[in-house]
Amino acid sequence: MDLFEYQARDLFAKHGVPVLAGEVIDTPEAAREATERLGGKSVVKAQVKVGGRGKAGGVKLAANPDEAVARATDILGMDIKGHTVHKVMIAELSPEIEAEYYVSYLLDRTNRTFLAMASVQGGMDIEEVAEKTPEALAKVPVNAVEGVTIEKAREIVAQAKFPADVAEGVAEAMVTLWETFVAEDALLVEVNPLVKTKDGRILALDGKVSLDENADFRQPEHEALEDKDAANPLEAAAKAKGLNYVKLDGEVGIIGNGAGLVMSTLDVVAYAGEAHGGVKPANFLDIGGGASAEVMANGLEIILGDPDVKSVFVNVFGGITACDEVANGIVQALELLASKGEKVEKPLVVRLDGNNAELGRKILSDANHPLVQRVDTMDGAADKAAELAAAK
Amino acid sequence: MAIFLNKDSKVIVQGMTGATGMKHTKLMLGDGTNIVGGVNPRKAGTKVDFDGTEVPVFGSVKEAMEKTGANVSVLFVPPAFSKAAVVEAIDAEIPLAVVITEGIAVHDSAAFWAYAKSKGNKTRIIGPNCPGLITPGQSNAGIIPGDITKPGRIGLVSKSGTLTYQMMYELRDIGFSSAVGIGGDPVIGTTHIDALEAFEADPDTDLIVMIGEIGGDAEERAAEYIKANVTKPVVGYVAGFTAPEGKTMGHAGAIVSGSSGTAAAKKEALEAAGVKVGKTPTETAKLARAILAG
Repeated sequence: MDLFEYQARDLFAKHGVPVLAGEVIDTPEAAREATERLGGKSVVKAQVKVGGRGKAGGVKLAANPDEAVARATDILGMDIKGHTVHKVMIAELSPEIEAEYYVSYLLDRTNRTFLAMASVQGGMDIEEVAEKTPEALAKVPVNAVEGVTIEKAREIVAQAKFPADVAEGVAEAMVTLWETFVAEDALLVEVNPLVKTKDGRILALDGKVSLDENADFRQPEHEALEDKDAANPLEAAAKAKGLNYVKLDGEVGIIGNGAGLVMSTLDVVAYAGEAHGGVKPANFLDIGGGASAEVMANGLEIILGDPDVKSVFVNVFGGITACDEVANGIVQALELLASKGEKVEKPLVVRLDGNNAELGRKILSDANHPLVQRVDTMDGAADKAAELAAAK
Repeated sequence: MAIFLNKDSKVIVQGMTGATGMKHTKLMLGDGTNIVGGVNPRKAGTKVDFDGTEVPVFGSVKEAMEKTGANVSVLFVPPAFSKAAVVEAIDAEIPLAVVITEGIAVHDSAAFWAYAKSKGNKTRIIGPNCPGLITPGQSNAGIIPGDITKPGRIGLVSKSGTLTYQMMYELRDIGFSSAVGIGGDPVIGTTHIDALEAFEADPDTDLIVMIGEIGGDAEERAAEYIKANVTKPVVGYVAGFTAPEGKTMGHAGAIVSGSSGTAAAKKEALEAAGVKVGKTPTETAKLARAILAG
């Protein structure tokens, strides 16, 4: 889960990373009081999860509380690269800046270790720095067990060739940033820019944090950080039912068991769709290994509730869960939905293979549901589902 | 022969007495796996009956190894306790730990991997978030259905569980030497390259099927490895061509970030290494068949 800047700022402050004061608001009028609390001047910063907001006019100075209201009025509702601004942060004005740096921690998947990155060329797109002047970006592996002590932080700072007068201050900030990374179960913590002010302070002026949702069991406070406004309503409904669902922009609804098989199903449907007017998969939905009637009903309910869906492809490989159980699940799910008064009008193509496939197929044939068609190969079923979606 | 697991493997189950552990221990026993014990400190000294087979419960991995000579552990421990359980397996120096558990936090998997490394990698870790591995007709350590296929001469390595089953099913008449599900998490213990190396050295394997998916650069690195080191034919499949950027597709590791980790890039890298890559699982199986038919 990627956080907004203000949420990153709050987490940094919690763990001792030096930041400026700031608070988030969602109405222009609230900008007045927030600015008054900061002594009458502020920076109004659009809160969007996309880079380049400064260039888009999403960051403005306000010399007094009235101006803060005016700037907040301009920025709230603004569109920045397809993201609507719903919140702004009213931040303390930074002291004069002498230099801008970059620091971060992230997972290095290739080497199965954490990585510290640091550069004295901050304030710009770090991918650009990495590409144009790779020697200016220090990458130092961090052992997950040993972590970042002040000695390790000094090593990182030395490798990035920070000037002597800021080295210790940056190293101290790197230690607190590591504490944020570990204590919050983050996948990424990034400060860009980390600045040196004229009065000699080191400050994190902007930051990015991405959190690991697998750690939610020990991070009860993270739920409140979720951006519920932005979630697609179908994705939110699926999440509430504990389903692994991603909305896509096609017409063929997909249900399958196992992440890899569902990804593969999306591909196979997209290939089949090429011959049927370019129809595409409408979603990713993995109902997991169990595939019980209830889970199947929950999945079907989400997919049939998507107005973009014209046909549904249920692709199940029976492993531990036998296909007869899955077939019964589908039949019961359709009954369950009908009894709840849901309109089931979209055609379903079902492919069952694997454990007890013959029995499962027979159950579907015997049920003889008018909307359910059986196709016994994955490629053939994808073609049929695409054809049905194109015909609608 | 086979890789990592054979009829002589003595298997213990960490988390055997939980619901998932019980269910799969029973299935593994049914597939002929030599399960010599379970581990649960609160139930140490008791025995669990699986349809007439009594399996003793030990207080620790170390104790189970001392008393039974166990050399493989399969872990069905809940995510919150998985790090401690894997560290225990590493400390006991069990040669193979198969971590089935899904949903382990990255800070935990990164920590147990760093710990394993600091101990000289005496324990091979497979997973986490994987279906385990099977050597058909000999032993099954994990949740791969034992009755999909029979012993044969194809080696399979895959990030995905159900795609492993699908591919075993497509080629069930030919059979498999071993099939290894390495898992779809960002940090995993055994990689495609580790399995490729083992299959290359295994006299019972004639052809290798490698299944990858979006995210990371493991397939690209496997391609380089194949080019330099693998003489046996390799057939590949990559899932996730239609996955959009920035969306996690079920597996925590399956996410396309920027231009890296795309299925197209992986396919291209594999083909450049001489690997035949199928467009669908069925087509991939056909490619494997054609090669074996000469």
